[in-house]
Amino acid sequence: MNEFRINPTRGMEIGLYTLGDHVSNPKTGEIQSEHSRMREMVTMAKLAEDAGFDVYGVGESHQKHFIASSTPTILAAIASATEKIKLISSSTVLSADDPVRVFEDFSTLDLLSDGRAEIVAGRGSRYGVYELFGYDMQDFEELFEEKIDLLLKLNHERQITWSGKFRPPLKEAEIFPKPLTGKLPIWRAVGGKPFSAIRAGIVGMPIHLAALYGASSVFKHTVDAYRRHATESGHDVEKLPVALATMMYLDKDSQTAVKEYYPYLNNTFKQLRGTPFPKDRYMEAKSEKNAIMVGSPQQIIEKILYQYELFGHQRFIVQIDHGSMPFNKIQEMIELFATDVVPTIRKATKTN
Amino acid sequence: MKIVLLSGSNVGTKTRTAINYTQTSIAEKYPEVEVSLIDLADYDVQFSDGRNYLEYEGDTAFVIKTIMDADAIIIGTPIFQASIPATLKNVFDLLPEKAFVDKVVSMIVTAGSPKHYLIAEQQLKPILSYMKAQVVQTYVFIEEQDFYRKEITNDDVHFRIDRLVEDTVVLTETYQEIRRAKEAEYGF
Repeated sequence: MNEFRINPTRGMEIGLYTLGDHVSNPKTGEIQSEHSRMREMVTMAKLAEDAGFDVYGVGESHQKHFIASSTPTILAAIASATEKIKLISSSTVLSADDPVRVFEDFSTLDLLSDGRAEIVAGRGSRYGVYELFGYDMQDFEELFEEKIDLLLKLNHERQITWSGKFRPPLKEAEIFPKPLTGKLPIWRAVGGKPFSAIRAGIVGMPIHLAALYGASSVFKHTVDAYRRHATESGHDVEKLPVALATMMYLDKDSQTAVKEYYPYLNNTFKQLRGTPFPKDRYMEAKSEKNAIMVGSPQQIIEKILYQYELFGHQRFIVQIDHGSMPFNKIQEMIELFATDVVPTIRKATKTN
Repeated sequence: MKIVLLSGSNVGTKTRTAINYTQTSIAEKYPEVEVSLIDLADYDVQFSDGRNYLEYEGDTAFVIKTIMDADAIIIGTPIFQASIPATLKNVFDLLPEKAFVDKVVSMIVTAGSPKHYLIAEQQLKPILSYMKAQVVQTYVFIEEQDFYRKEITNDDVHFRIDRLVEDTVVLTETYQEIRRAKEAEYGF
């Protein structure tokens, strides 16, 4: 796990992430200014560091209802406001970017943050970014596979000679600057379906899996397929971390949590996807076996540990600022998560 | 209550004729119902390319957003080559996977031959179930001989469409009632 700066003796890494979603409040219909939402993402990172979390992520989007298009810039601002917390992109839409530029940005971030930068590279789940930068959705798979291949090469070799379809060739090119210790941890962002995870397994890179809702066991197929393909391709799975990302809402009282959270979750789905979140599916969250992280600290602990039994993952990060969540509630959740959930999780997941 | 009448083909007149009668029938019996008629022949709808429905523009966006906003949809479709027309299938492809959750969908089928009677049963209903519609099980099947110069000439067809309208409205109200009771139970 060293290559990816993961230390399993400290227990599962815990963190927060944001997608910089910018939607109106479900009750008042009002929308925060872009300026204040942008600052909020930085403030949240500071709070996360103060609360002792390990990781903070910012995910990239390029269309209405999101303002985090320039994730390395946001992470750089966070780097100068924090000292210890790891700074990850969760995720970078590599398919619509130049891997050289991505590597430059995150190497720079790594130096500025004294070695805290990581890339989570994904294909993007929305169309907007492809349209904006003139990419064809027909190349969805091809774009990513070529670019991740180049990105990994840039991370492992000093001088690169490379040619591909979507970028001019490189002849004995050297990229400046280099990351602090020479290499960046680079993860592959994986949705629910196994395909992407299988590719990551074959290449031998870690996966960052979105497990938002539904039965937690469903995601086990993906994680198992990942490890099986990694093993078959000659990689040591003991050295390959798995991260899980989801949304969370926490309250001291479980009933209050379930009641209060629904409008925000539903708001997120309605404004970002155009479909409401069905209440009957939402109510399944009462079971520890369901992936929706809503409830009291004790319920959240049970859910995380149930998933740990299934996946044995090394990192768990949650989004708590979606759907126009009020900032005082975000603050309250950070505190409650840090004091009533995280210590138990770390203790239970420490390995020697 | 919002009902969308969807005439599912870009050619021909029979489906539109049946949908026109359906519109009149709703207006007479249920004047309080808000009805929109979408005839795919009037719109320039692009092929689905897999993006989220909110990301389409122009006529395509208008058609799918109108459908997404409806409480009930009455689909009118001709049968071509023993199947629903490509224009109608494209609308399904443009919509999100569970687009018909909490929506009632009913069907009016026009066909040149009685051989096509089971197409709605075997092809259209499975699509609607997959997309989570509450389907009005009985559909209206109208043959070529029931039309003359853009009019329905068979009184029985009028009665059957009237019944379909009634079933659609009653079922929509019933599901709304069931949801209200469920909502009250959830308490949030």
